Amino acid sequence: MTDLATPPETHAHVPLRHPRLPSYAPWLVVGLAAAAAALVGLTLGWSLTGIVVLAMVLHVVGLTVWSRAVENARAATDRLVTSLVWVALTIALVPLVSLVLKVVTEGAAELNGRFLTWSMRNVVGEPGGIYHAIVGTLLITLAATVISVPVGLLSAIYLVEYGGQSRLAGWIRFLVDVMTGIPSIVAGLFAYALFSLIIGPGTQLGLGGGVALSLLMIPIVVRSAEEMLKLVPADLREASYALGVPKWRTIVKVVLPTAMAGIITGVTLAIARVIGETAPLLIICGSTDSVNFNLFNGQMASLPVFIYSSYTQPGTNPEILKGMAWGAALILIIIVMALNLIARLAGKFFAPKRGR
Amino acid sequence: MSTTPTETGSPKRRLGDLVFANLTRAAGLTILVTLAGVALFLTIQGIPGLTAGPADLKGHANFLGYVAPLVFGTLLAAVIALLIALPLAIGVALSVSHYAPRSVSIVIGYLVDLLAAVPSVVYGLWGIGFLGPRLVPVYQWLADHLGFIPFFSGPASNTGRTIMTASIVLAIMVLPIITAISREIFVQTPRLNEEAALALGATRWEMIRLAVLPYARSGIVSAAMLGLGRALGETMAVAMVLSASGIVTWDLISNTNPSTIAANIALTFADATGVQRNALIASGLVLFVITFAVNFGARSVVARYETGSPR
Amino acid sequence: MAKSIDISDLNIYYGDFLAVEGVTMTIPARSVTALIGPSGCGKSTFLRTLNRMHEVIPGARVEGKVSVDGQSLYDAAVDPVEVRRMVGMVFQRPNPFPTMSIYENVLAGLRLNNKRLSRSDADATVERALQGANLWNEVKDRLNKPGMGLSGGQQQRLCIARAIAVEPQVLLMDEPCSALDPISTSAIEDLIHELKSDYTIVIVTHNMQQAARVSEDTAFFNLAGAGKPGRLIEMNPTKKIFSVPDEEATEAYISGRFG
Repeated sequence: MTDLATPPETHAHVPLRHPRLPSYAPWLVVGLAAAAAALVGLTLGWSLTGIVVLAMVLHVVGLTVWSRAVENARAATDRLVTSLVWVALTIALVPLVSLVLKVVTEGAAELNGRFLTWSMRNVVGEPGGIYHAIVGTLLITLAATVISVPVGLLSAIYLVEYGGQSRLAGWIRFLVDVMTGIPSIVAGLFAYALFSLIIGPGTQLGLGGGVALSLLMIPIVVRSAEEMLKLVPADLREASYALGVPKWRTIVKVVLPTAMAGIITGVTLAIARVIGETAPLLIICGSTDSVNFNLFNGQMASLPVFIYSSYTQPGTNPEILKGMAWGAALILIIIVMALNLIARLAGKFFAPKRGR
Repeated sequence: MSTTPTETGSPKRRLGDLVFANLTRAAGLTILVTLAGVALFLTIQGIPGLTAGPADLKGHANFLGYVAPLVFGTLLAAVIALLIALPLAIGVALSVSHYAPRSVSIVIGYLVDLLAAVPSVVYGLWGIGFLGPRLVPVYQWLADHLGFIPFFSGPASNTGRTIMTASIVLAIMVLPIITAISREIFVQTPRLNEEAALALGATRWEMIRLAVLPYARSGIVSAAMLGLGRALGETMAVAMVLSASGIVTWDLISNTNPSTIAANIALTFADATGVQRNALIASGLVLFVITFAVNFGARSVVARYETGSPR
Repeated sequence: MAKSIDISDLNIYYGDFLAVEGVTMTIPARSVTALIGPSGCGKSTFLRTLNRMHEVIPGARVEGKVSVDGQSLYDAAVDPVEVRRMVGMVFQRPNPFPTMSIYENVLAGLRLNNKRLSRSDADATVERALQGANLWNEVKDRLNKPGMGLSGGQQQRLCIARAIAVEPQVLLMDEPCSALDPISTSAIEDLIHELKSDYTIVIVTHNMQQAARVSEDTAFFNLAGAGKPGRLIEMNPTKKIFSVPDEEATEAYISGRFG
């Protein structure tokens, strides 16, 4: 070996033991920072938010300075970043907690039988109900699902089973990705423009809402169904071909049932995603105070649009309608959460049974 | 059309295959046609709006003068939202991928999904009914103490319905998508590279800096762009939160705020008539083109990254 | 300079699962010690406890004592970061940082502690480390090219250069040649011969010929049975292990009757 290759003559005794903060140090600093912030905040009469913000700042600064003093600069940087990561998480989750609390406390007061079974038709100066909006939301979402699932599922089958690496499949995949980014209001304008050309300028109807929502829903269905179909093992298909089963029957009888759990989960999540859409329905469905069961004719109310218009254009009795908006928001959140829960349960329930 | 191992079957079977294969292909083509249709129908219905006169454009001389302030507001709100959301999202994604123990990170994952599941109109409701009023003292303080910065020149809003509030709400709404994509990429960092860094004596943060962030850089860029696309097109939260007057200003905390394309459509569509609606549709087309470009860019980055360099 | 490693009564757990049980051995300084044994016997796990890299897996913990140069690695006041600086590691597959040049890869470890490395010091260190890893002549004209552009064997030597650039006292090698072709393997083995004058080297290998070629001492690990923990069966000079081992199991493994 050359001279250059020889490490320095002596490795000095490198001490491994360095002063370190105890393992409970971060928690200790959290506690101290919270206590100090509470003390300062209560003395100066700050709000809870102010106290929490101060506590987080004190924690980050305190732990870093302590580590810098006892440990070393690198350890201090490491602790600083760790603290910042947890602070970021806390900040991100505060709105969620605050939002859920606010909607539940404001909305729960509104819930009663009348709220769920009455419409707003001829209701003046007293709380009405949101039956018409619930009906509208369910019908419009149903229409969107009826349009989206066949198109989305068949497209996914094309992508996985037939398209492969072809150029058409590549384009479809890419544009489906791009489609997930279409602003919902643009989907509403599209449906409005479409029905203006077909039926006549200014047409507003429930089916249009279904078309607009399906534009938002199809890409979600395609992507999730594609993922699920790709997970079906190739052996299964080959086993079926080996028995002389044609490809299309193999797909219908073997591939789809195997992937069914995942597909149902994906579709349910897609429904949950679009059921709260407001902007497109505002454009194409309009709003009404009456119950409308006909998707093909006339304006149709929906929960999101009801929330929006009740809160922003409450008319002569703002307090009553604003309250109803919170109630409707609670119902909408409950529906969305229920759909998410169903999606997860469906995934488990329909999963192919395996011997364990 | 790809061939199958059962090509020797009876003609009847092949007919079934043919029909089914073409059916699925037709569904795929429907998607392409629909996307083209979106552009086409918006153009057809938007063209009359392009030549509308001042009477139908809130007094603006031509369509360009009408849409330019809206584009400004759209970009301003979305960029501020991104600036707020991106660091938070990376922090949350790192907490899931590299900091939290497995059980905790599963819970965080659920909570982030929950954040994504809340409908935008509910965010709007929360923004106008809860967050806005609570930000009034903050804006007052900013106007009093940092008023020399153009962003905070004031006078501070007394309702909290400012573009800053709208941007904060937007930030919360785009946080889940940025988090989800970043987390996905952070988790995929090759274990070998992480261990290489740790074996050199790197702390956890140094390991992330050496191995995780360089690996995830283009993924973070595209996540940010997808988040930006979402923020550009988000309607209800802005329409509800913002007290919009459609002007161009850098002041983020006052009662007079720029509007955004999407919010402007939502707020004025119902009362608009005739050519006014065409003008709104034309502005929607502008929004469609902007978001399409941003998403196209983001997806291209992802596509390049997936087929990417040797790893 | 290079230090010996003393291990006594070491138990390694993953959660409640006891993976390796009751290892006691002394790894001599400035020599090559090979760890051999059938798959799953815990030799890689054991190796990773020597620089606390096993802690990367949640739930991993040890009982017992490991000390380098008389200092316990598992003392509460010891930072794993310091341990890994003193005990370097080379992995099964070459893992240069993909976004860095050859030059920056070598300096990666050094830059952590010394942000303001002068250009001349950096150049000298890079040359010394690459010379030490027998790679200098092959890459000196393309130091700014990505490390991923090298061949597998060159990448592995780059990783060795990166490990010795921080001047560790011990070098752990986890099957460093298993992903390489015979010519690259031979280059690495030559390198190991040269490195042992400066470093204490511990190498895990599946290849018994390799153990016989490169090591002074060999430790044989084995499982008592499926689901049972791995144990150290015997440790002896390599010559003795491969001719007259003390234990029958060693004999059986070496003569190819199992494993």
